[in-house]
This record gives sequence, C-alpha cells and structure tokens, in this order.
Amino acid sequence: MAQQGGSSSSGGGGSLNVSPMKPLASLKVLVVDDEPMMRTIHKAQLVRAGINDVEVAANGKDAVDLHVNGATFDLILMDLHMPIMDGCQATKELRAMGVKSSIVGVTSSGGAEKTAFLASGLDDCVSKPFVLQQIAHYLKVPRSPTNPPKYHNP
Amino acid sequence: MPLHHYRPPPNHGGITSTQQQQVTHQPPAMDVLSQSRRQLADYTNSLHRDGFLDDQFSQLQQLQDESSPDFVMEVVSLFFEDCQKLVTNMARALSELQAVDFKQVDSSVHQLKGSSSSVGAARIKNLCVAFKTCCDSQNRDGCMRCLQEVNRECVLLKNKLQTLFRLEQQIISAGGSIPM
Repeated sequence: MAQQGGSSSSGGGGSLNVSPMKPLASLKVLVVDDEPMMRTIHKAQLVRAGINDVEVAANGKDAVDLHVNGATFDLILMDLHMPIMDGCQATKELRAMGVKSSIVGVTSSGGAEKTAFLASGLDDCVSKPFVLQQIAHYLKVPRSPTNPPKYHNP
Repeated sequence: MPLHHYRPPPNHGGITSTQQQQVTHQPPAMDVLSQSRRQLADYTNSLHRDGFLDDQFSQLQQLQDESSPDFVMEVVSLFFEDCQKLVTNMARALSELQAVDFKQVDSSVHQLKGSSSSVGAARIKNLCVAFKTCCDSQNRDGCMRCLQEVNRECVLLKNKLQTLFRLEQQIISAGGSIPM
C-alpha cells in the first residue's frame, strides 16, 4: 500500500502536506499494455468505475515518452512483457525521471519475475485479469507530492 | 386451451371467423421475445456448464452498456486475432527442423494463457497449463499435440460465441434488450 506523506511543507511546523482526494471523474489513468484486447478491457473497467480520462500506451517506451512530453497521471497500470521496452524498464525510467504517480503492475507472471518487477519501483502488483477492487486503493489515496511509492529504491 | 376444443364466439357483426382464426393462431410478440431470451439463457448456461466460458466472460458482459453496445463482440474479436497470431508463432517455432526454441513457444503459451483468462475462455486457459508443462520439459511431440488441441478449441469457441451473438441479435431485432 502506498504511504501517506507525513512531512510538513517548507516553512510549516508539523502539518501534513496532503492534497485533497480527487474525485474519480477527475483522475487521469494510463494503461500500458501491448495487447489491444487488454487495453480495451482495462479501459472499459476504469470508465465503468467513473474514470473518464484514460490514456493508453502500447509499450513501455510510449509510456515514458508521454511523460517526457509533459503528461502526468494519477495512476499507471503497467504490463510486464511488452516489446521495445518492458514494464520493468519503463517503471525504472519513470522513477528515475521523478515520476511519483502510483504505478501498479498487471501481470500473470509470478516468482522471481514478479519480485523483480515489484523492485523496479511499483507500488503494487496485481494478477491479470485484475478486478477493480484490487486497484481501488490507488484511486482513493490522497494525492501528495511526498507520497512515496512502496517499492521504490532511490 | 387446446385448439380442437376452441369454439369461436358467435359473430355478431364484428370480425370474420377467418380473422378470428388468424388472431388466435398468431403468437404474441412478447412470447417470441421470451422464447428468444430463454434460448439465450439456456445457451449461455450450457457454455458455462461445459467449461467453454467462466465467470470472467460474465464480468465482460457486465461492462457492456448502451454507450458500448458491441463491447463483448469487440473484445472477443481481438482475442481471436491474438489467438491466431500466437498459434501461428507457436506452429512456426515447433516446426523448426534443427532445434525448437521452447522459450519462444513458452512465451506464446504464457501470452495465450493471459489472454484466455482475461476473456473467460476457460478451456483454452486450462490447455495452456498442460502446454506449459510440455514446454518446460522440452517435449516437442507433447507441444504439437497441445497446439492442435488449442487450435481446435479456438475454432470451437469461435463458433459457439458466434451462435451466442446471433441469439443476442435475434432478441435485439425483436425489440428486446440483452439481459445482463
């Protein structure tokens, strides 16, 4: 689970620097998966949940490029096995860029592969196909610039 | 009431007996719709009972609504495109005369397992488990047999789903909506 930020804002004295919770309709989510079918399913699940701003990317490089060009997201759903750049590498690059969005891995892989994926900077990892309840937490956690991802190794 | 017991009421200057018979023999539109709905429900249940589909397919149906009326058909179509591509890749890898790249076959099997899980194609998903075992033990003949079964199941499921969609279309054409 992602941690809530507890540090004070600069010049402040002990108060929480936590942004208010964003309503679902204003959340921006990025779905990164090389399979058109999975992008269609994930997008439909999110739209059904009330999230209208869902962008998709077909591989890790496209996801990174979106961020290089200034896009920001509240939540990124990242597949592992993708051509050009896989989910592991994409997550490392996003974290190295300073991206603080929640990144949840979506994969049917297990064992060492999943462990490595988690260690790349994910907040969590869910199995494919995921049910919306598995990522509900990441749609409700208050947005905070001091909200560090759970598995990030700086 | 059975038709041979039926006595038409005396004609007091209203509709003719022929018209009366026509009215009596024509099934009400609602009965046709109910019958179609029952057919669809029975067919859907049989697909689940026989293991072709699991609950994940029902989850997909829940995502279909007025704003995306062809959602399930679209997803199923993408799934079979994916299947075709993966089966071709696996067939190519397994037909290599010198050495089979079992890692490549395994990768395709893994992808097919994920896709079939996501669409609720239970029998195909279960075949992938056995297929993976053959890949792990580098059993070429076993892999070939699994590939043939996967191919067969894909064709079978495609036909079954086409029938399902046709039954749904019958309901829509009769002015009804698909029960979810």
